[in-house]
Amino acid sequence: MTLSRRDVENIAHLARLEITEAELPVYVGSLSAILEFVEQLSSAATEGVVPMAHPLEGQVQPLREDAVTESDRREAYQANAAAVEAGLYLVPKVIE
Amino acid sequence: MNAHRATAAELGRGLRAREYSSVEITRHFLERVGRANPSLNAFLTVTAERALEDARRADLRIARSEGGPLTGVPLAHKDIFCAAGVLTTCGSRMLSNFVAPYDATVVERLAAAGMVLLGKTNMDEFAMGSSNETSYYGPVKNPWDTSKVPGGSSGGSAAAVAARLAPVATGTDTGGSIRQPGALTGLTGFKPTYGRVSRYGMIAFASSLDQAGVLAQSAEDAALVLGAMAGHDPRDSTSVNAPVPDYAAGLEMPVRGLKIGIIREFFGEGLESRTGGAVRAAIEAFRALGASVVEVSLPHLPLSVPTYYVVAPAECSSNLSRYDGVRFGHRCAEPRDLMDLYKRTRGEGFGAEVKRRIMTGTYVLSAGYYDAFYLKAQKVRSLINADFKRAFGEVDVLMGPTTPTPAFAIGAKIDDPILMYLNDIYTIGANLAGLPAVSVPCGMVDGLPVGLQIIGPHFAEERLLATAHAWQRETDWHRRLPPGYA
Repeated sequence: MTLSRRDVENIAHLARLEITEAELPVYVGSLSAILEFVEQLSSAATEGVVPMAHPLEGQVQPLREDAVTESDRREAYQANAAAVEAGLYLVPKVIE
Repeated sequence: MNAHRATAAELGRGLRAREYSSVEITRHFLERVGRANPSLNAFLTVTAERALEDARRADLRIARSEGGPLTGVPLAHKDIFCAAGVLTTCGSRMLSNFVAPYDATVVERLAAAGMVLLGKTNMDEFAMGSSNETSYYGPVKNPWDTSKVPGGSSGGSAAAVAARLAPVATGTDTGGSIRQPGALTGLTGFKPTYGRVSRYGMIAFASSLDQAGVLAQSAEDAALVLGAMAGHDPRDSTSVNAPVPDYAAGLEMPVRGLKIGIIREFFGEGLESRTGGAVRAAIEAFRALGASVVEVSLPHLPLSVPTYYVVAPAECSSNLSRYDGVRFGHRCAEPRDLMDLYKRTRGEGFGAEVKRRIMTGTYVLSAGYYDAFYLKAQKVRSLINADFKRAFGEVDVLMGPTTPTPAFAIGAKIDDPILMYLNDIYTIGANLAGLPAVSVPCGMVDGLPVGLQIIGPHFAEERLLATAHAWQRETDWHRRLPPGYA
């Protein structure tokens, strides 16, 4: 399977990744090679096979009491943010 | 002081016998780190002050005859585990400024056991790699030969323990990231059953495969540390709610009568002949211990690498979408708008391999390709799982090589992703099926260690540790130190 430059640009956009002009041909090559490599999966007969979503059978998603378990640690968590004001995260203007 | 020549278990016994204090041995290991780390690049952060505080506290506990077998014993954590107040980079520029606001459950539990934190170890970026060359902070060198890779992604932890800069270290294993570096550096690398150890505070790569484990000098050390970190955690919904056996107590379980299956598919093309020879000889040696050995076939296992390289990137593309430059981590300078903020932050913050996997995952999950790639891979994963189940109907454990070759040269495979991915050809199956597995040293080729892999059914940790322990009672491969680090 061969991807085009446009395909890779589109994937990079979906993944919100800026890819430079110099990087683009490298990803065109390696992503095409990976997709070609994984195509050998088509050799396996999988009719009627249930896809495996979890390594342990019979594990059910546990539920807990609907009670507050977290304390307010906003300041500690926001200490890692690049831009904060009045307890709010700052991002570039979204609405004109 | 010879503390670095002792295993974690031996250090624990020495501490309780008051042969030395935790502060003394902690200083000894910190000094070794200071001396060897500039050339090995195994540690990203050395927490010297905290280590000495931990050690003083441990000495007080020991003086009151409190604590357990690991109290006062130093350790290193892979830099994928959050440790409160400590820089936690995951080997990435994206988290180059991230100081964890809380402890991972693994970190919390090993601290509660009295272990002393020496620091955080280098790793492939976001655990994506098999050579430790994708780290933003530079490659780790293999102490057995510094022109070779230590394996990955837990390469820093492996190099640190192999060079005895730490008696034991944690790792994580998504496709072989504990067992493969363990094999390439002559260590006991233990990956537990999926869900056995909490993933809370362990930075996510592929959530249906990720599992924390141990890089240790011996099965006994692995048993002690695993016992201290395993167990149910309500903060990880995939953590299994089942009691944790006393792994150290189970070590003497006899090998006599054990049914061993040799995985036929692991001895084909691609396996370096002397590596294969050492592994075969090790398996044969189990017969003399009273085990029986039969060949078994797992016909879908050769498809494990392509299956993994659909499933793991898919989960990675989803997990790593959280790095948006808003709440934590790297942020690009002067973003024009929100889209520019996302794209440049992620373009700058992630390295080439991480971007490659995010894009692979984005593609295989995208409209029109989901069925052909992702759903197909999850079906093949079922077939691989069924192969293992069938095999464990006939045998107690499966054996084979951990890696196709001993450690390879730095730079040899980094430009060819497929070649790099094929390094994990023998380890990935256990991750896809969620099985526990261990690599133990079983020989040397050209001065480099070779690993024997032992895979068991779900929750067979005790059996695997006892089998590895029996092997280590008969051999001394695990006791050898790289020249220059004795």
